[in-house]
Amino acid sequence: MREIYLDNNATTKVDERVFEEMRPYFCELYGNPSSMHFFGGQVQKKVDEARARVASLLGALPDEIVFTACGTESDNAAIRSALEVFPERRHVITSRVEHPAVLTQCRNLSKRGYRVTELNVDGNGQLDLAELERLVDEDTAIVSLMYANNETGVIFPIEEAAKIVKKKGALFHTDAVQAVGKIPLNMAESAIDMLSLSGHKLHAPKGVGVLFVRRGTPFRPMLVGGHQERGRRAGTENTASIIAMGKACQLAEQYMADEAGRVREMRDRLERELTALIPNTRINGGGTERLPNTLSIAMEFVEGEGILLLLSEKGICASSGSACTSGSLEPSHVLRAMGVPFTCAHGSIRFSLSRFTTDDDINAVITELPPIISRLRAMSPFGREFLNK
Amino acid sequence: MWDYTDKVKEHFLNPRNVGEITDADAVGEVGSLACGDALKLFIKLDENKERIVDAKFQTFGCGSAIASSSALTEMVKGKTLDEALEITNQQIADFLGGLPEEKMHCSVMGQEALEAAIAKYRGVEAPAHGHGHDHVETEGELVCKCFGLTDVFLKKVIASNKLTTAEQVTHFTKAGGACGGCIPKIKDLIAEVLGEEKKVTAEKPAKLTNLRKMQLIQETLENEVRPQLWADGGDLELIDIDGSNVQVAFRKACAGCASSGYTAKFVEQKLRELVSPDITVQEVQG
Repeated sequence: MREIYLDNNATTKVDERVFEEMRPYFCELYGNPSSMHFFGGQVQKKVDEARARVASLLGALPDEIVFTACGTESDNAAIRSALEVFPERRHVITSRVEHPAVLTQCRNLSKRGYRVTELNVDGNGQLDLAELERLVDEDTAIVSLMYANNETGVIFPIEEAAKIVKKKGALFHTDAVQAVGKIPLNMAESAIDMLSLSGHKLHAPKGVGVLFVRRGTPFRPMLVGGHQERGRRAGTENTASIIAMGKACQLAEQYMADEAGRVREMRDRLERELTALIPNTRINGGGTERLPNTLSIAMEFVEGEGILLLLSEKGICASSGSACTSGSLEPSHVLRAMGVPFTCAHGSIRFSLSRFTTDDDINAVITELPPIISRLRAMSPFGREFLNK
Repeated sequence: MWDYTDKVKEHFLNPRNVGEITDADAVGEVGSLACGDALKLFIKLDENKERIVDAKFQTFGCGSAIASSSALTEMVKGKTLDEALEITNQQIADFLGGLPEEKMHCSVMGQEALEAAIAKYRGVEAPAHGHGHDHVETEGELVCKCFGLTDVFLKKVIASNKLTTAEQVTHFTKAGGACGGCIPKIKDLIAEVLGEEKKVTAEKPAKLTNLRKMQLIQETLENEVRPQLWADGGDLELIDIDGSNVQVAFRKACAGCASSGYTAKFVEQKLRELVSPDITVQEVQG
């Protein structure tokens, strides 16, 4: 069965060109970039090149790029660093819809005596900047807000938020794992202090991430015991993956127009057709700015896991914002925070596209999903009540 | 992805007996849209009103909820109402070749719907119920407000499935799975059920062997103590047991916590209460 992969916000295919770029650095060019000899030195050059490529995608300087093991590490390192930099400040601000990599850490901090504020979002999943401005104070060490939401694709007004925070003297971090490579970012003209990204969300392998740390931003490393990454992240470099990350960023820069054009058009067509073919749907975050590749669609009276399993039978890979797939029993914290009604929240499905998505993939979903929803609605007591009306 | 058995998959992809029986003798409804799953069960009896000749269902829920409903309708056919009432949630799960523990609540929902249908048919008060539905009177005190589950219902599920941790209770009933506010109360209910069982066994002279004592200490730490520490971001590790002296090391938020002395007292108190009154707890670095 051909897989129709529409779960790119979960992870992406490693681009063949990325894989070719990293391949020699396992068995042939395996030197340690820190070594004095030529053999390590040539690897150092490639790591430098990768750093420059990542910097170029972000509009940053190469020495502002710190390679890490994943987006989660980058998020953790940024927040921990800020708390060490400002030991006397006991307030952290984040939002209710963050990825667990940020949210769990903040909730743990609140158990350790920190004051943690989780900003609310409106029905579109959008932030209220006035609330942020009101709540950030001299006691705030760091504000961490995601650039774009993984479940809905909703893009926060991060530049405005960063400016508000900088005025109050706190550090500003953004988890941009979902945004990088999908929308243009330019750190040269930004107030962001720290920004996280993850390789496997942009066609590099799993196990490599980046933390952008602006020049002049005070930073305390989480991993110590080595001079690597200018002392900001000790540990021998994951050279092959770093080189892959560099290539992936270079390609992402090339494909940015494709994301904004072809990918967005496919997403919009999917949204249009599904909304027309399936009654009683709503688009989560549909009323605000979203990533070009993400569609979160809620279908009333059905439960997400059943939809995913039946889609999977047809080779279609998607994801749900529902309770049952994750083992947790509540609908996703993102949809709950947005106030999505229970009738919809349990039946929310996320389709996330990439540059490898084709029109045929989209056609398959348009063909297969409507009968699946009809079938499950006919089986559901609420769906039947609704159909009988 | 869930590790569903082939039988669960088969009953999900080709569910038996979907639909409604318009002249059903008994209808049982549990769950709601807010809860994330719901089941409406229809039962038709033979002319003598003795045996179940047909059963159909409508289910809103995940794959295993649909499979459990399908299994239930197959299992009750041909049974008398009394025989049908003997069906346990475990038997529904067994029929399907087992369910992932996180999904056991789907089998409980099936059993509940069956009980509700039969109780309604017989005109008796519905059994103690979690999934309170509009017209089902429930007895007992509401424990889990998110999913509308009562203490009587929870204790029944705890006892019949021999549950020992709050996490298991969540997997089997969903109680505590949303806001988590009732988890302390769930722990109390587990202790209550375990206590009742202990009373039954306590009639024998209760001389603890060394082995049994060690086991009890370990069980108490796992089931009673550590979950409470986790709630505050802490943890402990059992280092050694020397007679009645229990040596523990504190981990995570408990390690180096200024109030670890109190925590050690709390551990001691729990062990004295649930294992043996002569136990002492000593904090060690390990």
